Amino acid sequence: MPLETDITKLQAIARQIRGRVVRMSHDAQAAHLGSALSCVDILVAAYWGVLRLDPAYPLDASRDRFILSKGHAAMALYAVLAGRGFFAPSLLEEFNKPGSVLAEHPNRGCVPGVEASTGSLGHGLSLGLGMAMANRILGLASPRSVVLLSDGECEEGSVWEAAMFAPAHGLENVVAIVDYNKWQATGRSDEVMSLAPLADKWRSFGWSVREVDGHDMGALVKVLRDVPDGTGKPVAVIAHTVKGKGVSFMENDNNWHYRIPTADEVAAACKELGLP
Amino acid sequence: MRNAFAAKITELAQADPRVVVLSGDIGNRLFDRFKTVCPGRFINCGVAEANMMSLAAGMAMTGLRPFVYTIAPFVTARVLEQVRVDVCFHNVPVTIVGAGAGLSYASLGPTHHSCEDLALMRCLPGMTVLSPADATEVRLALAAALTLPGPAYIRIGKKGEEIVHGVEPAFVVGKGILVRDGGDVCILATGNMVAASDKAADILAGAGVSARVVSMHTVKPLDEQLLAEAFCKFSAVAVVEEHSIIGGLTSAVAQWLALQPSAGSARLLSFSVPDEFLTLAGDQDDARGRLGLTPETIAAQLLDFRRRRP
Repeated sequence: MPLETDITKLQAIARQIRGRVVRMSHDAQAAHLGSALSCVDILVAAYWGVLRLDPAYPLDASRDRFILSKGHAAMALYAVLAGRGFFAPSLLEEFNKPGSVLAEHPNRGCVPGVEASTGSLGHGLSLGLGMAMANRILGLASPRSVVLLSDGECEEGSVWEAAMFAPAHGLENVVAIVDYNKWQATGRSDEVMSLAPLADKWRSFGWSVREVDGHDMGALVKVLRDVPDGTGKPVAVIAHTVKGKGVSFMENDNNWHYRIPTADEVAAACKELGLP
Repeated sequence: MRNAFAAKITELAQADPRVVVLSGDIGNRLFDRFKTVCPGRFINCGVAEANMMSLAAGMAMTGLRPFVYTIAPFVTARVLEQVRVDVCFHNVPVTIVGAGAGLSYASLGPTHHSCEDLALMRCLPGMTVLSPADATEVRLALAAALTLPGPAYIRIGKKGEEIVHGVEPAFVVGKGILVRDGGDVCILATGNMVAASDKAADILAGAGVSARVVSMHTVKPLDEQLLAEAFCKFSAVAVVEEHSIIGGLTSAVAQWLALQPSAGSARLLSFSVPDEFLTLAGDQDDARGRLGLTPETIAAQLLDFRRRRP
C-alpha cells in the first residue's frame, strides 16, 4: 500500500480515529482516553505516512516495527490498525468486552499488526532495540524500529538503560517518539519527577533529537521519514502534544486520564470533530 | 561449568547463525573464542540487565536465539518483570543462563547468592527450568534449550565443579538422569548438589544402606513418572538442592505429592537452604557446612531416619 502524502487527508483520517476512540472509550467503559487522543496524530502520521507495512503480510521480515510502549493508548492503536486494514473495523465493537481479543492493553498478535505486548511501562524501547539489532545481524538493512513512549514512562530507569545502549551500537534505524503531553496519571510530569529538560536528556545520552509539534501532521511525517537521519545515531522525537487533543473539553484536563465520556459528551466530541 | 558453557555455546553458535550471546559485563576473556569465530554475535550489554533482557526478547521476536548470561540474581530477581513480560508473556525462545547457582559465590555475600532463582523462574508460565549437575549436563542442557520453542532458564555454577557423569548420559528435558541405583532410599538432587549427593550415597553404602541418586536437571516440567515410582518404591525420598526450601525443587516435589490421590508411603525429606539470608563470611564449602548441605550430614540424617523408621 503506497504511503499517503496528502497532509489534508492524513488530518481527516486523524479526526475519524479520534471519533472512533472516543466512542470506544464510552462503549467499553475504558479509561486512558486523554492518553490515546494525545498520540493519534503521531500514529496516523506513522501508519499512513511513514511505516513500510503491508496489512496483507503483517509478519513480513522486511517490515518496519511499530511498538506502542505506552500500551495504555491501546484504543488508538486498535483504531489505527483497523483503519489501516490490518483487521475488520467491526471487531472494534468488541473492544474490552468479555472474551474479546482486544483488551485494554495490547497483546502481541491479538490482531495482526500488534508487534508487542505492552502495558507495563519501560519495556518497548528495549524490545525495539532488540529487533533493530536482530535485523542488523540477519543482514536486513531496511526495517526500522519505531517506538512510542509516554513522557511519564521516561521516569522508568529501564528507558535510560536502553537510551544508553542504542547510541553505543549505532542503532540508527531506531526512533523513539516521546508523546510529551506534560501529564502523567496523577500530576504534571515535570513536577512529579524532574523530567525537564527532556530533549537535553536524550541529546546527552547520544541521540539525534528532533522536537516537533506532535499535532503537526506535516512535521511529524517529515521527521519520521527522515530516519535514519544520516548522523549515525538513533533518533529521538520529542513530540509536544496536548493530552485529550481534538476535543476542547478534554484538552489539557488530566481528569480524562481515567474519566469515561457520557453519551452526551461523545456526541459533543463528534460534533467538534465534524463527524456524524 | 562456566567454561563448559562458553565452549558449548561457541560450538552451537558456529552451527546455528541464529545464536547470539548477551552478557551483562561479565565473562572477561571467557568468550574470546566466541567473539573470534562468531563476530558481531557477542553483545556486552553493560551493567544494565533490564535492557539486556528485553533486548533479548526483541531479538527472539525477530528470529534469533539469544542466550542471556550474567550472575544468577541479576538475570532473575533483578529483571523479573522483564523476564515475565518480555520473555515469557511473548513466549519467545530466550535462554537465560545464570552463573553462580545457589551459594557458588557464597563469599561475595547475599547480594550474589542465588537461592530464590528456581522459585522465581518456576512460577512463570511457559518457562522451562534447568539445573544441570556438572559440565557435561551444562553442555547437554544448552543443546536441549536451543531446541525448545519457548523460554528456558539454566542455572549453572562457577568453575571447578566435580564431574558427575563419566560418560555422557542421555539428556531429555523433563526426565531425571539416574546417577546410581539403589533400593533403600532415593535422593533427588539438582544442580551442584548432585555430586555431594553421590558422595552421601557412598557413605550410606558403607553403612549398609543402598541409595538411588537421580540428577533432577529439570525442575520444570517435573518428571512425574520418576516421582511416582520413587514414592512407591522407597521409604524415604530426599530432595537435595542449594536453594531456598521455598519455591525450588523441594516445593515442586511437595506440591506434586500433596496433590496425588495416592502416592505411596515414602517420607519426603529436604536438604535445602532455610528461609533467611546468609550474612557470615565464608566460601561455598563453609556455607554448606553451616547449612548441613554436606555428604556427611545428608548421609547421617538419612541413616537416622532409617534407624527410626526402618
